[in-house]
Amino acid sequence: MSVKQISVFLENKPGALLGMTRVLAEQNIDMRAFSLAETSDFGIARIIVNDVAKTTAVLQEAGFVHNVTPVIAVAVSNTPGGLNRALTALSEASVNVEYMYAFVGGREESAYMIFRVADNEKAAAALHAAGIRLAEQEEIATL
Amino acid sequence: MERYYQPEIETASREQITAWQSERLVRQVRHVWDNVPCYRKKMEEKGITPDDIHGVEDLHKLPFVTKADLRDQYPYGLLAVPLNDCVRIHSTSGTTGKRVVAYYTQEDVDLWEDCCARALTAAGATEEDVCQVAYGYGLFTGGAGLHGGSHKVGCLTLPMSSGNTERQIMFMRDLKSTILCCTPSYAAYLGETMKEMGLTPDEIPLKAGIFGAEAWSEEMRRDIEKTLGIKAYDIYGLTELSGPGVAFECSAQNGMHINEDHFIAEIIDPETGEPLPDGEQGELVFTSLTKKAFPLLRYRTRDVCVLNRGKCSCGRTHVRMAKPRGRTDDMLIIRGVNVFPSQIETVLINLGYGANYQIIVDRVNHTDTLDVHVEMTPEMFTDNMGEIAARQKKIVEGLRSMLGLAAKVTLVAPKSIVRSEGKAVRVIDNRKI
Repeated sequence: MSVKQISVFLENKPGALLGMTRVLAEQNIDMRAFSLAETSDFGIARIIVNDVAKTTAVLQEAGFVHNVTPVIAVAVSNTPGGLNRALTALSEASVNVEYMYAFVGGREESAYMIFRVADNEKAAAALHAAGIRLAEQEEIATL
Repeated sequence: MERYYQPEIETASREQITAWQSERLVRQVRHVWDNVPCYRKKMEEKGITPDDIHGVEDLHKLPFVTKADLRDQYPYGLLAVPLNDCVRIHSTSGTTGKRVVAYYTQEDVDLWEDCCARALTAAGATEEDVCQVAYGYGLFTGGAGLHGGSHKVGCLTLPMSSGNTERQIMFMRDLKSTILCCTPSYAAYLGETMKEMGLTPDEIPLKAGIFGAEAWSEEMRRDIEKTLGIKAYDIYGLTELSGPGVAFECSAQNGMHINEDHFIAEIIDPETGEPLPDGEQGELVFTSLTKKAFPLLRYRTRDVCVLNRGKCSCGRTHVRMAKPRGRTDDMLIIRGVNVFPSQIETVLINLGYGANYQIIVDRVNHTDTLDVHVEMTPEMFTDNMGEIAARQKKIVEGLRSMLGLAAKVTLVAPKSIVRSEGKAVRVIDNRKI
C-alpha cells in the first residue's frame, strides 16, 4: 500500500548534492523520483529508488544521515484533472498532505504522485474508495 | 570496598595534611630563594624572605607566578636544580599559543607517577587490569604520566599513544583492555568509531576510563559512559605542576581530590588576587610542595572552579575541586558575555546531539556573532523540514537561556567537523581586534 522513500540530509553548499548523486551513480542505483527541500543552510533530498536496501547501505557506508519513510504513491492518468481527483479524495477524508511531488512513470497511462501524509492507512482507504490506484513498491522498482 | 594506592596519605587526618604542607612549604620557599633568582627578586619586591614563612598560614604573603612569568623565564629561568640533576623535559601543548617547558628530576617523576597511580587505583585499576594509554606520548604529559602510573599500579600497560583509531579498538578487543586513558574528546571518537565498526560495548571488556587534559561536561561524561559501557573518571593536571594527577576523581564522582601532600590549592578572586572563602568560585592557584626541578609557588592556573572541603564517601580526606568550567584562556567574551565552550556542549548533549560541535566567533559591523556548528545525527534526522527547523530552534533557545546570547545554529553533515586525537579544536575566533 505504501512505497519507501529515502530522505537524505545535505548541507546547502556547493557539491553537497553531487556527493550524494555520485555514490548512487557509482553503485548503479536508479532514482525513480527526486525532490529537494531546502533552507539557507541545509536541505533534504527525498528519493524513490529501484533498490531501497542497497541504497540505504550505500548511503550508510558513505556517511550520509538518512531515513526511510513510507509514503503513498498514487498512479494517476497523465491527463488533466488527475491530481485534482486524488487531492479531492484526501481532502474529503481530512487527510493533511505534508508534502508531495510528482514524476512521470514508464507506463503510458501513468504519472505518479508521491504523498507524505500523517496517516497512510486513512489516505490509502480514501483514495481506494475514490477508485484511484495506488502503486506498490514492486511496481516502482520495475518501472 | 574502596581501594587506595597510598592509603596512609590519601586518608590522612586534616592535622597531618596541614603539618606536611607547612613543613614542605617552608622547605620549598627556602629552596627557590636559594636557587631561582627571579623568585628571590619577586619576594624581595614584596619585602619578604624565607624567614617570614612559617607554615601554610603564611602562604598568602608569597607573590604569584603567572603564565607570563613562565614565558619570560623560558627556557631555564625557573629551573631550581642543576640541569645535570634533571632526567626529563615535558612541554605544554601550546593550546593558548605559549609553550611552557618543565623539568623533572628522577624524584619528581617518581612522585608524579604516584599521583597518577592514585588516580588509576581510584578508578578501580589493579595489577589484574590491562591499561590502554591513548594519550599522546611525547612532550605532552598525558601519555608519560598515566603510563608511569599504570606501571606503578602493576597494570599490563598498552602504550598506544593517540591515533590509529581502528587499531586502538582492535587492540582493546583482542588484548582485553579494561582501563582506557585519553582525552574525553578522543574517548567520544573511539565510541563513535566502535559503533561504526559494528561493535557493541559488551564486546569490549573496558570497565573504566580516565579522561582529562581538556574541559568536558557532565553530559559528555554520561554520553561516553553509555557508548563505551564504562565508568568515566575525570583527572586534572598541568604540565607546569607535573602533569595529570594533580587531582583525580574517586568512586563518588563528585569532584576531584587534590593531592594535598604535593600541592596546596587556593581559590582567589582573579581581579584582586585576594583569596576567597571555601565554596566560592574563583581562579585556582597551586603551590607545588615537593617538586625539586621546577617548583612553582602560587601559580595562577586561570582555571575557574570551586573547592569542596566536605567529607567524601570514598574515605579520602584530601580537598576536592569541582570540574573546572574551563580555563579562563578558553573563555570567550562575546558581546560582553563570558562564554565557556563547555556550556554550549551541555546544551547540545542535553538535546540529544553529540559532542561534535564547533564554535565560530566573528565580528560583523562591530557586533560579535556566535555561530555554533552542530553535526546532524541519525537520531535527530527526519524527512520533515519543519520538524528539523523546530529542533534547530530548540538549540537556539537552549543556548539563549544558558548564555543569554542569541546564537546562530548551523546543522552540518556528519563527520564534517574534524575529529581530534588529542585536544579538540572547539573554537574558531575570526574576530580581528
